[in-house]
Amino acid sequence: MACVASTDTVMIAPFDAAQRYRLSPEVALRPEPFGALAYHFGNRRLCFLKVPELVDVVRGLGGHSSARDAVSGLPEKRRHACLRALASLAAAEVIVPDVAGSAEQP
Amino acid sequence: MTRAHDALSAGQAGERVPLLAEQFKGGLAAPICLTWEWTYACNLSCVHCLSSSGRRDPLELSTAEIMTVLDELAAMQVFYVNVGGGEPTVRPDFWDLLDYAVANRVGVKFSTNGLRINREGARRLARTGYVDVQVSLDGATREVNDAVRGPGSFDMALRAMRNLAEAGFGEFKISVVLTRHNVAQLDDFADLADQLGAVLRITRLRPSGRGADVWESLHPTAQQQREVYSWLLGHGERVLTGDSFFHLNALGETPLPGLNLCGAGRVVCLIDPVGDVYACPFAIHEAFRAGNVRSPGGFAGVWRDSPLFARLRTPAAGGACASCPAFSACQGGCMAAKFFTGLPIDGPDPECVRGHGEAALSLASRHEPPRPGKDHSHRDRTVPLGMPGLRVPAKPCDSSPLAAAR
Repeated sequence: MACVASTDTVMIAPFDAAQRYRLSPEVALRPEPFGALAYHFGNRRLCFLKVPELVDVVRGLGGHSSARDAVSGLPEKRRHACLRALASLAAAEVIVPDVAGSAEQP
Repeated sequence: MTRAHDALSAGQAGERVPLLAEQFKGGLAAPICLTWEWTYACNLSCVHCLSSSGRRDPLELSTAEIMTVLDELAAMQVFYVNVGGGEPTVRPDFWDLLDYAVANRVGVKFSTNGLRINREGARRLARTGYVDVQVSLDGATREVNDAVRGPGSFDMALRAMRNLAEAGFGEFKISVVLTRHNVAQLDDFADLADQLGAVLRITRLRPSGRGADVWESLHPTAQQQREVYSWLLGHGERVLTGDSFFHLNALGETPLPGLNLCGAGRVVCLIDPVGDVYACPFAIHEAFRAGNVRSPGGFAGVWRDSPLFARLRTPAAGGACASCPAFSACQGGCMAAKFFTGLPIDGPDPECVRGHGEAALSLASRHEPPRPGKDHSHRDRTVPLGMPGLRVPAKPCDSSPLAAAR
Protein backbone atom coordinates (compact mmCIF):
# COMPACT_ATOMS: atom_id res chain seq x y z
CA MET A 1 0.00 0.00 0.00
CA ALA A 2 1.55 3.17 -1.13
CA CYS A 3 0.31 5.98 0.98
CA VAL A 4 1.41 9.44 1.93
CA ALA A 5 2.75 10.19 5.37
CA SER A 6 4.48 13.20 6.74
CA THR A 7 7.66 12.73 8.69
CA ASP A 8 7.54 16.09 10.39
CA THR A 9 8.19 16.09 14.07
CA VAL A 10 6.61 18.84 16.11
CA MET A 11 6.89 19.59 19.81
CA ILE A 12 3.52 19.03 21.43
CA ALA A 13 2.49 19.87 24.97
CA PRO A 14 2.15 16.72 27.11
CA PHE A 15 -1.35 15.35 27.61
CA ASP A 16 -3.08 16.60 30.73
CA ALA A 17 -6.27 14.78 31.71
CA ALA A 18 -7.41 17.81 33.70
CA GLN A 19 -7.35 19.95 30.58
CA ARG A 20 -10.27 20.49 28.20
CA TYR A 21 -9.68 19.00 24.71
CA ARG A 22 -11.46 18.98 21.39
CA LEU A 23 -11.14 17.34 18.01
CA SER A 24 -8.62 19.33 15.98
CA PRO A 25 -10.34 21.50 13.36
CA GLU A 26 -7.80 20.06 10.89
CA VAL A 27 -8.95 16.49 11.52
CA ALA A 28 -11.75 14.58 9.83
CA LEU A 29 -13.21 11.41 11.32
CA ARG A 30 -14.43 8.74 8.93
CA PRO A 31 -16.69 6.08 10.44
CA GLU A 32 -15.43 2.53 9.90
CA PRO A 33 -16.65 -0.89 10.99
CA PHE A 34 -13.96 -1.00 13.70
CA GLY A 35 -14.45 2.56 14.94
CA ALA A 36 -13.11 5.44 12.89
CA LEU A 37 -10.25 6.62 10.82
CA ALA A 38 -8.87 10.05 11.70
CA TYR A 39 -7.04 12.06 9.08
CA HIS A 40 -5.08 15.17 9.90
CA PHE A 41 -5.09 17.49 6.91
CA GLY A 42 -2.17 19.48 8.30
CA ASN A 43 0.42 16.85 9.12
CA ARG A 44 -1.20 14.28 6.79
CA ARG A 45 -1.17 11.51 9.30
CA LEU A 46 -3.72 8.76 9.56
CA CYS A 47 -4.78 7.43 12.92
CA PHE A 48 -7.10 4.57 13.72
CA LEU A 49 -9.60 4.77 16.53
CA LYS A 50 -10.04 1.09 17.02
CA VAL A 51 -13.12 1.00 19.24
CA PRO A 52 -16.47 2.77 18.73
CA GLU A 53 -16.46 3.82 22.39
CA LEU A 54 -13.32 5.87 21.84
CA VAL A 55 -14.90 7.53 18.81
CA ASP A 56 -17.86 8.64 20.92
CA VAL A 57 -15.53 10.01 23.58
CA VAL A 58 -13.51 11.94 21.01
CA ARG A 59 -16.61 13.39 19.35
CA GLY A 60 -17.96 14.45 22.76
CA LEU A 61 -14.73 15.95 24.12
CA GLY A 62 -15.75 19.58 23.57
CA GLY A 63 -18.78 19.19 25.79
CA HIS A 64 -16.70 18.30 28.85
CA SER A 65 -14.63 20.45 31.16
CA SER A 66 -11.70 18.01 31.02
CA ALA A 67 -10.54 14.84 29.36
CA ARG A 68 -11.08 13.01 32.64
CA ASP A 69 -14.65 14.25 32.75
CA ALA A 70 -15.17 13.09 29.15
CA VAL A 71 -14.40 9.47 30.07
CA SER A 72 -16.35 9.55 33.35
CA GLY A 73 -19.35 7.88 31.70
CA LEU A 74 -17.33 4.74 30.90
CA PRO A 75 -17.11 1.72 33.16
CA GLU A 76 -14.33 2.43 35.61
CA LYS A 77 -12.00 -0.30 34.41
CA ARG A 78 -11.93 1.17 30.91
CA ARG A 79 -11.36 4.81 31.82
CA HIS A 80 -7.62 4.53 32.26
CA ALA A 81 -7.13 2.81 28.91
CA CYS A 82 -9.29 5.42 27.24
CA LEU A 83 -7.23 8.25 28.74
CA ARG A 84 -4.11 6.55 27.45
CA ALA A 85 -5.68 6.40 24.00
CA LEU A 86 -6.56 10.12 24.26
CA ALA A 87 -2.95 10.85 25.24
CA SER A 88 -1.68 9.19 22.06
CA LEU A 89 -4.28 11.05 20.01
CA ALA A 90 -3.08 14.29 21.60
CA ALA A 91 0.50 13.38 20.69
CA ALA A 92 -0.66 12.88 17.10
CA GLU A 93 -2.52 16.24 17.26
CA VAL A 94 -5.82 14.55 16.47
CA ILE A 95 -7.19 16.20 19.61
CA VAL A 96 -5.91 19.55 20.82
CA PRO A 97 -6.21 21.51 24.07
CA ASP A 98 -9.33 23.65 24.01
CA VAL A 99 -8.34 26.71 25.93
CA ALA A 100 -11.20 28.99 24.91
CA GLY A 101 -13.95 26.36 24.72
CA SER A 102 -17.08 26.26 26.85
CA ALA A 103 -18.62 23.18 28.42
CA GLU A 104 -22.03 24.24 27.07
CA GLN A 105 -21.08 24.06 23.41
CA PRO A 106 -22.75 21.23 21.48
CA MET B 1 -0.22 3.64 5.65
CA THR B 2 3.36 3.80 6.68
CA ARG B 3 2.41 5.71 9.80
CA ALA B 4 -0.17 3.19 10.88
CA HIS B 5 2.08 1.86 13.59
CA ASP B 6 2.37 4.88 15.77
CA ALA B 7 -1.40 5.09 15.85
CA LEU B 8 -2.01 1.55 17.03
CA SER B 9 -1.85 2.59 20.64
CA ALA B 10 -4.73 4.95 20.01
CA GLY B 11 -7.09 2.02 20.13
CA GLN B 12 -6.54 0.56 23.53
CA ALA B 13 -9.76 1.76 25.16
CA GLY B 14 -11.36 -1.69 25.15
CA GLU B 15 -9.89 -4.67 26.93
CA ARG B 16 -9.51 -6.86 23.91
CA VAL B 17 -9.01 -5.05 20.64
CA PRO B 18 -8.15 -7.18 17.60
CA LEU B 19 -5.03 -6.23 15.68
CA LEU B 20 -5.65 -3.48 13.18
CA ALA B 21 -4.59 -5.72 10.31
CA GLU B 22 -7.21 -8.25 11.40
CA GLN B 23 -9.89 -5.57 11.43
CA PHE B 24 -8.84 -4.38 7.99
CA LYS B 25 -9.28 -7.81 6.47
CA GLY B 26 -13.02 -7.30 6.39
CA GLY B 27 -12.60 -4.16 4.29
CA LEU B 28 -13.19 -0.49 4.99
CA ALA B 29 -16.05 1.89 4.22
CA ALA B 30 -13.79 3.51 1.61
CA PRO B 31 -10.23 2.87 0.49
CA ILE B 32 -7.38 4.45 2.39
CA CYS B 33 -4.99 4.01 -0.42
CA LEU B 34 -6.50 4.65 -3.80
CA THR B 35 -4.22 4.67 -6.82
CA TRP B 36 -5.65 6.42 -9.82
CA GLU B 37 -3.98 6.41 -13.20
CA TRP B 38 -5.09 9.46 -15.11
CA THR B 39 -3.66 8.46 -18.49
CA TYR B 40 -1.81 5.72 -20.32
CA ALA B 41 0.18 8.35 -22.20
CA CYS B 42 3.81 8.52 -21.25
CA ASN B 43 6.95 10.08 -22.65
CA LEU B 44 8.97 7.11 -21.38
CA SER B 45 8.84 3.34 -21.93
CA CYS B 46 10.19 1.94 -18.67
CA VAL B 47 10.86 -1.76 -18.99
CA HIS B 48 8.97 -2.59 -15.78
CA CYS B 49 5.90 -0.35 -16.26
CA LEU B 50 3.07 -1.81 -14.15
CA SER B 51 0.38 -0.54 -16.48
CA SER B 52 2.16 -1.17 -19.82
CA SER B 53 1.73 2.53 -20.54
CA GLY B 54 2.83 4.57 -23.51
CA ARG B 55 -0.04 5.58 -25.78
CA ARG B 56 -3.17 7.43 -24.67
CA ASP B 57 -6.41 5.48 -24.86
CA PRO B 58 -9.27 7.32 -26.65
CA LEU B 59 -11.66 6.09 -23.94
CA GLU B 60 -9.79 7.71 -21.07
CA LEU B 61 -11.95 9.53 -18.52
CA SER B 62 -12.70 13.12 -19.52
CA THR B 63 -12.05 16.13 -17.31
CA ALA B 64 -15.72 16.19 -16.23
CA GLU B 65 -15.72 12.46 -15.49
CA ILE B 66 -12.62 12.71 -13.33
CA MET B 67 -14.16 15.63 -11.46
CA THR B 68 -17.33 13.59 -10.86
CA VAL B 69 -15.29 10.77 -9.36
CA LEU B 70 -13.37 13.31 -7.24
CA ASP B 71 -16.73 14.56 -5.90
CA GLU B 72 -17.62 10.99 -5.00
CA LEU B 73 -14.28 10.44 -3.27
CA ALA B 74 -14.71 13.65 -1.28
CA ALA B 75 -18.17 12.47 -0.16
CA MET B 76 -16.73 9.08 0.84
CA GLN B 77 -13.98 10.85 2.80
CA VAL B 78 -11.15 9.42 0.76
CA PHE B 79 -8.63 11.91 2.07
CA TYR B 80 -6.07 11.61 -0.68
CA VAL B 81 -5.40 9.80 -3.92
CA ASN B 82 -2.18 8.51 -5.42
CA VAL B 83 -2.24 9.74 -8.99
CA GLY B 84 -0.09 8.05 -11.60
CA GLY B 85 -0.20 6.85 -15.15
CA GLY B 86 1.39 6.82 -17.64
CA GLU B 87 2.80 10.23 -16.94
CA PRO B 88 -0.16 12.07 -15.40
CA THR B 89 1.25 15.52 -16.10
CA VAL B 90 0.92 15.08 -19.87
CA ARG B 91 -2.84 15.46 -19.54
CA PRO B 92 -3.59 19.03 -20.65
CA ASP B 93 -6.09 19.32 -17.77
CA PHE B 94 -3.61 18.02 -15.17
CA TRP B 95 -3.24 21.29 -13.26
CA ASP B 96 -6.99 21.98 -13.33
CA LEU B 97 -7.71 18.50 -11.95
CA LEU B 98 -5.07 18.98 -9.28
CA ASP B 99 -6.60 22.28 -8.19
CA TYR B 100 -10.11 20.81 -8.26
CA ALA B 101 -9.15 17.85 -6.08
CA VAL B 102 -7.31 19.97 -3.54
CA ALA B 103 -10.17 22.48 -3.38
CA ASN B 104 -12.49 19.58 -2.52
CA ARG B 105 -10.19 18.33 0.22
CA VAL B 106 -8.98 15.35 -1.72
CA GLY B 107 -5.21 15.53 -1.44
CA VAL B 108 -3.14 14.47 -4.41
CA LYS B 109 0.11 12.63 -4.29
CA PHE B 110 1.27 12.13 -7.81
CA SER B 111 4.04 10.11 -9.36
CA THR B 112 6.00 11.67 -12.15
CA ASN B 113 9.12 11.11 -14.17
CA GLY B 114 9.76 14.83 -13.87
CA LEU B 115 8.68 15.83 -17.37
CA ARG B 116 6.62 18.90 -16.37
CA ILE B 117 8.45 19.86 -13.20
CA ASN B 118 10.31 22.80 -14.65
CA ARG B 119 11.02 25.84 -12.48
CA GLU B 120 7.55 27.29 -12.93
CA GLY B 121 5.86 23.92 -12.36
CA ALA B 122 7.87 23.40 -9.18
CA ARG B 123 6.97 26.87 -7.89
CA ARG B 124 3.31 26.22 -8.64
CA LEU B 125 3.42 22.93 -6.73
CA ALA B 126 5.16 24.59 -3.81
CA ARG B 127 2.31 27.13 -3.67
CA THR B 128 -0.39 24.42 -3.70
CA GLY B 129 -1.24 22.98 -0.33
CA TYR B 130 -2.15 19.37 0.06
CA VAL B 131 -0.06 18.09 -2.82
CA ASP B 132 2.74 15.60 -2.63
CA VAL B 133 5.13 14.68 -5.42
CA GLN B 134 6.94 11.43 -6.03
CA VAL B 135 9.70 11.57 -8.60
CA SER B 136 10.59 8.15 -9.97
CA LEU B 137 14.24 7.19 -10.09
CA ASP B 138 15.42 3.62 -10.46
CA GLY B 139 19.15 4.14 -10.27
CA ALA B 140 21.38 6.41 -8.22
CA THR B 141 23.55 6.64 -11.32
CA ARG B 142 22.59 7.53 -14.88
CA GLU B 143 23.76 4.17 -16.13
CA VAL B 144 21.64 2.06 -13.77
CA ASN B 145 18.56 4.29 -14.03
CA ASP B 146 18.53 4.76 -17.79
CA ALA B 147 18.91 1.03 -18.45
CA VAL B 148 15.43 0.61 -16.95
CA ARG B 149 13.73 3.96 -17.54
CA GLY B 150 15.30 4.94 -20.85
CA PRO B 151 17.88 7.45 -22.09
CA GLY B 152 17.59 10.94 -20.64
CA SER B 153 15.30 9.88 -17.79
CA PHE B 154 17.95 10.24 -15.08
CA ASP B 155 18.76 13.81 -16.05
CA MET B 156 15.07 14.68 -16.35
CA ALA B 157 14.29 13.32 -12.86
CA LEU B 158 17.28 15.05 -11.28
CA ARG B 159 16.34 18.35 -12.89
CA ALA B 160 12.80 18.02 -11.53
CA MET B 161 14.08 17.23 -8.05
CA ARG B 162 16.44 20.21 -8.04
CA ASN B 163 13.60 22.44 -9.20
CA LEU B 164 11.39 21.21 -6.35
CA ALA B 165 14.15 21.73 -3.80
CA GLU B 166 14.91 25.19 -5.17
CA ALA B 167 11.23 26.17 -5.14
CA GLY B 168 10.99 25.23 -1.45
CA PHE B 169 8.44 22.48 -2.06
CA GLY B 170 9.57 20.68 1.08
CA GLU B 171 9.70 16.95 1.49
CA PHE B 172 8.98 15.48 -1.92
CA LYS B 173 9.57 11.76 -2.37
CA ILE B 174 12.20 10.00 -4.41
CA SER B 175 10.49 6.83 -5.50
CA VAL B 176 12.68 3.84 -6.30
CA VAL B 177 11.65 0.43 -7.57
CA LEU B 178 14.20 -2.01 -6.21
CA THR B 179 16.00 -4.15 -8.76
CA ARG B 180 19.00 -6.43 -8.77
CA HIS B 181 21.06 -3.52 -10.10
CA ASN B 182 20.18 -0.83 -7.59
CA VAL B 183 20.06 -2.69 -4.25
CA ALA B 184 23.75 -1.85 -3.85
CA GLN B 185 22.87 1.84 -4.27
CA LEU B 186 20.48 2.11 -1.32
CA ASP B 187 22.88 4.29 0.65
CA ASP B 188 23.42 6.49 -2.38
CA PHE B 189 19.66 7.00 -2.76
CA ALA B 190 19.41 7.90 0.92
CA ASP B 191 22.27 10.41 0.53
CA LEU B 192 20.62 11.94 -2.51
CA ALA B 193 17.36 12.33 -0.58
CA ASP B 194 19.23 14.00 2.28
CA GLN B 195 21.00 16.38 -0.06
CA LEU B 196 17.74 17.46 -1.67
CA GLY B 197 15.65 17.59 1.51
CA ALA B 198 13.54 14.74 0.13
CA VAL B 199 12.23 11.48 1.57
CA LEU B 200 13.27 8.17 0.09
CA ARG B 201 10.57 5.70 -0.86
CA ILE B 202 11.48 2.24 -2.11
CA THR B 203 9.03 -0.30 -3.44
CA ARG B 204 9.06 -3.82 -4.68
CA LEU B 205 9.45 -4.76 -8.35
CA ARG B 206 6.26 -6.54 -9.41
CA PRO B 207 5.90 -8.88 -12.39
CA SER B 208 2.93 -6.76 -13.54
CA GLY B 209 2.43 -5.03 -16.88
CA ARG B 210 5.69 -4.95 -18.84
CA GLY B 211 7.32 -5.90 -15.56
CA ALA B 212 6.27 -9.47 -16.34
CA ASP B 213 8.81 -9.55 -19.18
CA VAL B 214 11.78 -8.40 -17.12
CA TRP B 215 10.94 -9.63 -13.63
CA GLU B 216 13.04 -12.76 -13.84
CA SER B 217 16.17 -10.89 -14.74
CA LEU B 218 15.60 -7.82 -12.55
CA HIS B 219 14.09 -8.96 -9.25
CA PRO B 220 16.54 -8.90 -6.32
CA THR B 221 18.35 -12.13 -5.47
CA ALA B 222 17.70 -14.02 -2.23
CA GLN B 223 20.91 -12.60 -0.76
CA GLN B 224 19.87 -9.08 -1.80
CA GLN B 225 16.46 -9.55 -0.14
CA ARG B 226 18.27 -10.21 3.15
CA GLU B 227 20.34 -7.05 2.64
CA VAL B 228 17.19 -5.03 1.92
CA TYR B 229 15.47 -6.34 5.06
CA SER B 230 18.43 -5.37 7.27
CA TRP B 231 18.80 -2.03 5.55
CA LEU B 232 15.12 -1.22 6.03
CA LEU B 233 15.23 -2.23 9.70
CA GLY B 234 18.25 0.03 10.15
CA HIS B 235 16.46 2.98 8.60
CA GLY B 236 13.09 2.54 10.30
CA GLU B 237 10.27 4.86 9.39
CA ARG B 238 12.52 7.43 7.76
CA VAL B 239 12.33 5.41 4.58
CA LEU B 240 8.87 4.83 3.12
CA THR B 241 8.03 1.52 1.49
CA GLY B 242 4.31 1.64 0.76
CA ASP B 243 4.26 -1.51 2.90
CA SER B 244 5.47 -3.39 -0.16
CA PHE B 245 8.09 -5.59 1.52
CA PHE B 246 5.97 -7.43 4.06
CA HIS B 247 6.99 -10.76 2.49
CA LEU B 248 10.46 -10.05 3.97
CA ASN B 249 9.08 -10.19 7.51
CA ALA B 250 9.65 -13.95 7.48
CA LEU B 251 13.41 -13.17 7.61
CA GLY B 252 13.48 -12.18 11.24
CA GLU B 253 11.77 -11.47 14.51
CA THR B 254 11.35 -7.76 13.87
CA PRO B 255 8.60 -6.85 11.43
CA LEU B 256 9.14 -3.94 9.08
CA PRO B 257 7.06 -0.83 9.84
CA GLY B 258 3.63 -1.06 8.26
CA LEU B 259 0.45 -3.07 8.23
CA ASN B 260 1.77 -6.47 7.10
CA LEU B 261 -1.29 -7.16 5.05
CA CYS B 262 -2.31 -7.49 1.42
CA GLY B 263 -4.75 -4.61 1.20
CA ALA B 264 -6.15 -5.51 -2.23
CA GLY B 265 -9.86 -4.69 -2.35
CA ARG B 266 -9.86 -4.12 1.41
CA VAL B 267 -7.90 -0.92 1.94
CA VAL B 268 -6.44 -0.49 -1.52
CA CYS B 269 -7.68 -0.31 -5.08
CA LEU B 270 -6.85 1.08 -8.48
CA ILE B 271 -8.85 3.14 -10.95
CA ASP B 272 -7.30 2.90 -14.41
CA PRO B 273 -7.41 5.61 -17.10
CA VAL B 274 -10.60 4.25 -18.68
CA GLY B 275 -12.35 4.02 -15.30
CA ASP B 276 -11.94 0.31 -14.64
CA VAL B 277 -11.53 -0.48 -10.94
CA TYR B 278 -9.04 -3.17 -9.96
CA ALA B 279 -8.23 -4.70 -6.59
CA CYS B 280 -4.75 -3.21 -6.57
CA PRO B 281 -2.36 -1.28 -8.82
CA PHE B 282 -0.30 -4.41 -9.43
CA ALA B 283 -3.21 -6.56 -10.53
CA ILE B 284 -4.37 -5.10 -13.83
CA HIS B 285 -6.05 -8.19 -15.22
CA GLU B 286 -9.65 -9.20 -15.89
CA ALA B 287 -9.45 -11.61 -12.93
CA PHE B 288 -9.10 -8.65 -10.56
CA ARG B 289 -11.43 -6.15 -12.28
CA ALA B 290 -14.25 -5.17 -9.93
CA GLY B 291 -16.22 -2.80 -12.18
CA ASN B 292 -16.08 0.63 -13.82
CA VAL B 293 -16.65 4.10 -12.37
CA ARG B 294 -18.88 4.91 -15.38
CA SER B 295 -21.44 2.34 -14.24
CA PRO B 296 -24.63 3.68 -12.58
CA GLY B 297 -23.42 3.14 -8.99
CA GLY B 298 -20.20 5.01 -9.71
CA PHE B 299 -17.00 4.27 -7.84
CA ALA B 300 -18.80 3.95 -4.49
CA GLY B 301 -21.04 1.23 -5.92
CA VAL B 302 -18.04 -0.75 -7.14
CA TRP B 303 -16.23 -0.40 -3.80
CA ARG B 304 -19.26 -1.43 -1.78
CA ASP B 305 -20.96 -4.04 -3.94
CA SER B 306 -18.39 -5.72 -6.17
CA PRO B 307 -18.57 -9.51 -5.71
CA LEU B 308 -14.81 -9.68 -6.31
CA PHE B 309 -14.09 -7.27 -3.45
CA ALA B 310 -16.54 -9.15 -1.22
CA ARG B 311 -14.52 -12.29 -1.91
CA LEU B 312 -11.21 -10.57 -1.17
CA ARG B 313 -12.63 -9.35 2.14
CA THR B 314 -13.32 -12.84 3.41
CA PRO B 315 -10.57 -14.67 5.29
CA ALA B 316 -8.20 -16.44 2.91
CA ALA B 317 -6.98 -19.93 3.60
CA GLY B 318 -3.23 -20.24 3.82
CA GLY B 319 -3.18 -23.02 1.21
CA ALA B 320 0.24 -24.53 0.74
CA CYS B 321 1.65 -21.91 3.14
CA ALA B 322 -0.71 -22.67 6.03
CA SER B 323 1.69 -25.16 7.60
CA CYS B 324 4.73 -22.87 7.28
CA PRO B 325 5.81 -21.33 10.62
CA ALA B 326 6.51 -18.03 8.87
CA PHE B 327 2.98 -17.63 7.49
CA SER B 328 1.86 -15.24 10.20
CA ALA B 329 4.89 -13.05 9.44
CA CYS B 330 4.63 -12.90 5.64
CA GLN B 331 0.92 -13.66 5.09
CA GLY B 332 1.84 -15.56 1.95
CA GLY B 333 3.17 -12.41 0.26
CA CYS B 334 1.83 -10.53 -2.74
CA MET B 335 -1.24 -11.78 -4.60
CA ALA B 336 -0.29 -10.04 -7.84
CA ALA B 337 3.29 -11.33 -7.78
CA LYS B 338 1.96 -14.88 -7.52
CA PHE B 339 -0.68 -14.41 -10.19
CA PHE B 340 1.61 -12.97 -12.84
CA THR B 341 4.29 -15.59 -12.27
CA GLY B 342 1.72 -18.36 -12.72
CA LEU B 343 1.71 -19.45 -9.08
CA PRO B 344 -1.48 -20.28 -7.15
CA ILE B 345 -2.85 -17.36 -5.10
CA ASP B 346 -2.94 -19.50 -1.95
CA GLY B 347 0.67 -20.65 -2.35
CA PRO B 348 4.04 -19.05 -1.69
CA ASP B 349 5.14 -15.70 -3.07
CA PRO B 350 7.64 -16.11 -5.94
CA GLU B 351 10.17 -14.28 -3.77
CA CYS B 352 9.36 -16.31 -0.63
CA VAL B 353 12.41 -15.82 1.60
CA ARG B 354 12.34 -19.50 2.56
CA GLY B 355 12.79 -20.51 -1.08
CA HIS B 356 9.34 -22.08 -1.48
CA GLY B 357 8.53 -19.67 -4.32
CA GLU B 358 11.62 -20.59 -6.29
CA ALA B 359 10.78 -24.25 -5.87
CA ALA B 360 7.22 -23.67 -7.08
CA LEU B 361 8.46 -21.64 -10.06
CA SER B 362 10.78 -24.41 -11.16
CA LEU B 363 8.01 -27.01 -11.28
CA ALA B 364 7.73 -28.17 -14.87
CA SER B 365 3.97 -28.57 -14.58
CA ARG B 366 3.49 -24.88 -13.89
CA HIS B 367 0.91 -23.12 -16.05
CA GLU B 368 1.97 -20.45 -18.49
CA PRO B 369 1.65 -17.21 -16.45
CA PRO B 370 -1.38 -15.03 -17.32
CA ARG B 371 -0.57 -12.06 -19.51
CA PRO B 372 -1.25 -8.50 -18.28
CA GLY B 373 -4.72 -7.31 -19.21
CA LYS B 374 -4.08 -4.21 -21.30
CA ASP B 375 -1.15 -3.01 -23.32
CA HIS B 376 -0.67 0.63 -24.33
CA SER B 377 3.06 0.33 -24.93
CA HIS B 378 4.58 2.52 -27.60
CA ARG B 379 4.47 0.32 -30.67
CA ASP B 380 7.82 1.27 -32.06
CA ARG B 381 9.93 1.02 -28.99
CA THR B 382 12.27 -1.77 -28.24
CA VAL B 383 13.17 -2.55 -24.67
CA PRO B 384 16.85 -1.73 -24.57
CA LEU B 385 17.99 -3.00 -21.13
CA GLY B 386 21.28 -1.22 -21.48
CA MET B 387 21.54 -1.53 -25.25
CA PRO B 388 20.48 1.29 -27.55
CA GLY B 389 17.26 0.31 -29.32
CA LEU B 390 16.24 1.17 -32.86
CA ARG B 391 13.21 3.45 -33.09
CA VAL B 392 10.96 3.90 -36.08
CA PRO B 393 7.78 5.69 -35.00
CA ALA B 394 4.71 4.85 -37.08
CA LYS B 395 2.96 8.09 -36.06
CA PRO B 396 4.33 11.09 -34.21
CA CYS B 397 2.17 10.35 -31.18
CA ASP B 398 3.60 6.83 -30.96
CA SER B 399 6.88 8.23 -29.77
CA SER B 400 5.55 11.12 -27.73
CA PRO B 401 2.12 11.80 -26.30
CA LEU B 402 3.01 15.47 -26.56
CA ALA B 403 3.22 15.33 -30.35
CA ALA B 404 -0.54 15.00 -30.65
CA ALA B 405 -1.11 18.11 -28.58
CA ARG B 406 0.96 20.35 -30.77
